[in-house]
Amino acid sequence: MARLSPPAVLFALIGAAGLALPLVQFKANRIVPGEGVGLSALPFGLAVAAGLAAVLIAGCAAAWPAVLRLAAAIAGLVAVVLSLGAAASHLTPEGNTLARVAPAAGFWLLALGFGLMAADAVNRLRPSLALRWLLLAGAVALAAGILASGALDGVSVMREYATRRDLFMREAQAHLALAFGSLGLALLAGIPLGIAIFQGRRWRGTVLGVLNILQTIPSLALFGIMIPILGWVAAAVPGAAGAGVSGIGTFPALVALFLYALLPVVSNTLAGLSGVPAATREAAVGLGMTRTQVLAQVLVPLALPVLLAAVRIVLVQNIGLAVIAGLIGGGGFGTFVFQGLNQTAMDLVLLGALPTIALALVAGIALDLAVQGARRGAA
Amino acid sequence: MIEIRNLSRLYGGLAVVDDVSLTVDKGQLLVLVGTSGSGKTTLLRMINRLVEPSAGRVLIEGVDTATLPPHLLRRRIGYAIQGHGLFPHRTVAQNIATVPRLLGWPRAQVAARVDELLDLFQLDPAAFRDRMPHQLSGGQAQRVGVARALAAKPDLLLMDEPFGALDPLIRAKAQADLKEIQRRLGTTLILVTHDMAEAVALGDRIAVMDRGRLLQDDTPARILTDPATPFVRDLIGTADRALRLLSLIPVAAIAVPGKAQGAPIAPDASLRDALAECLWSGREALPVEGGGIVTLDALRAQASQR
Repeated sequence: MARLSPPAVLFALIGAAGLALPLVQFKANRIVPGEGVGLSALPFGLAVAAGLAAVLIAGCAAAWPAVLRLAAAIAGLVAVVLSLGAAASHLTPEGNTLARVAPAAGFWLLALGFGLMAADAVNRLRPSLALRWLLLAGAVALAAGILASGALDGVSVMREYATRRDLFMREAQAHLALAFGSLGLALLAGIPLGIAIFQGRRWRGTVLGVLNILQTIPSLALFGIMIPILGWVAAAVPGAAGAGVSGIGTFPALVALFLYALLPVVSNTLAGLSGVPAATREAAVGLGMTRTQVLAQVLVPLALPVLLAAVRIVLVQNIGLAVIAGLIGGGGFGTFVFQGLNQTAMDLVLLGALPTIALALVAGIALDLAVQGARRGAA
Repeated sequence: MIEIRNLSRLYGGLAVVDDVSLTVDKGQLLVLVGTSGSGKTTLLRMINRLVEPSAGRVLIEGVDTATLPPHLLRRRIGYAIQGHGLFPHRTVAQNIATVPRLLGWPRAQVAARVDELLDLFQLDPAAFRDRMPHQLSGGQAQRVGVARALAAKPDLLLMDEPFGALDPLIRAKAQADLKEIQRRLGTTLILVTHDMAEAVALGDRIAVMDRGRLLQDDTPARILTDPATPFVRDLIGTADRALRLLSLIPVAAIAVPGKAQGAPIAPDASLRDALAECLWSGREALPVEGGGIVTLDALRAQASQR
């Protein structure tokens, strides 16, 4: 008997559970509870289900080469997603704009199973850095292609999207502005601060202590506490309100994300600079570099991988945290999440949550690759 | 010429270097020896102002170093340290080019100088130019570190335990190579070590330090035969001082006319080598290449206290 690959067996079990559970949920409108529809109940479903099952079972064999495994996993994932779209257009009566077909447990488990299988295959492939960038770009392009093709237009989330396309684009921009803006501000303030406490040992404890306390404040509490404080500033300081300071809206959201980003940036700057070997630093000074040259030519380039790791932490953290900005009128994908929660419209929640997850995932992987690239450059 | 005049360095009221005066002539190789905490490294680092003196002056060719901006002073002085301190993110060529580039040499001149130095240190430029420091062995990295220190043709080279991280076999070769290169370039060299054997092997002069004070500043032979204090005598070690003394003198210096049996010895071999060969082969005298002999009696006379 052929040897089995334990992780592949786990993925197959997850996928099998997905095949057994309803693929989609059909609802007469977006609020009423719906009924589950399995893949096999669809006209094309039996063939697809059989194909998916075959891939999952065959994948259990340890002997499969990684390239084949990756191709099969991607094919499976695409088939599952396209089945979702096909199920939606099949189940929705012609001309009915109220009915909703939402992905159900079966879809999520199948997507999870094949997604894990693909990730596992990429791992086994031990791809070069360049190939991993290519794979990431390919995955993004594939997802964008499927969305743009209209194959998923019947699915509930996409129908929510279709009715508020302009709003979605605005909130997407707001979300990116919050996440990247706070990161940019944190880098602008945090790197000099990190360099300063690296050179001036005296302030190190105080600065890190304060940032540590900031970091431990729960996010909702921080957003909450900012409303009265910044509200007061806007009212009391002349010109503050005109400059955009306010208790609710984008400004407090940006400030909160900035504060959360500060500790990782400052502490990683410090760690990166401290990690440069003493002999290297001594040689740089001893050879006649000025303070600025030592920093720019030796310390910062050698600290770069650790700094990029901070950028990764902050970006992924802030893409997620920016959702909460929706609660205080700061905009971003959180707007849809909280609207959806208020209206008990899960499809609307997904419209906010799914792009947030995708964004965090892509940013996380891209920066991991960048960190590795920088490590290789510095090693 | 380097003149160190009444140099002191205090840390919290405690003198780490205490009123040291020294003069090093052009082209001379001075070794600073002492135990750890003797102040030898601090003294070295005051010469290129990595440590600022609390009192006293350092003059290079008559110019007081305190009058120059520290970074410009350091670009004129080569500096090599234990563990080489190569920049891990730069290639061998970029490392060596550090000071010439700081000085704004033209690109072509820098490239030519890098290749010249790699040749000088027996590293094939084509093979080593583009390597990263982590791709070098300990001995190669050490040589690149010294090449980097010499890149801008400094008149003065400072070295702090440059061979400390090397294993004994490579160390002996590296010491011999350094001495040879220093002779050829005529560079004034001040080297810090805790190893008296290294000091005797390398130094034209040895300065022994203890607790911040300069105890003795003399030729290796005088240090061995006439230690100024009990501390210096302990540092030399009484067990093999006779052999160390012999290692300083070439065979040619005591060769006399005559004939002897067996394989000849090179005239620039040390008396220590000659003694070892006599004992090993059971001969009373060895022929010297190019004529003459060296006798066991003459060796014995050289080694004993006169």
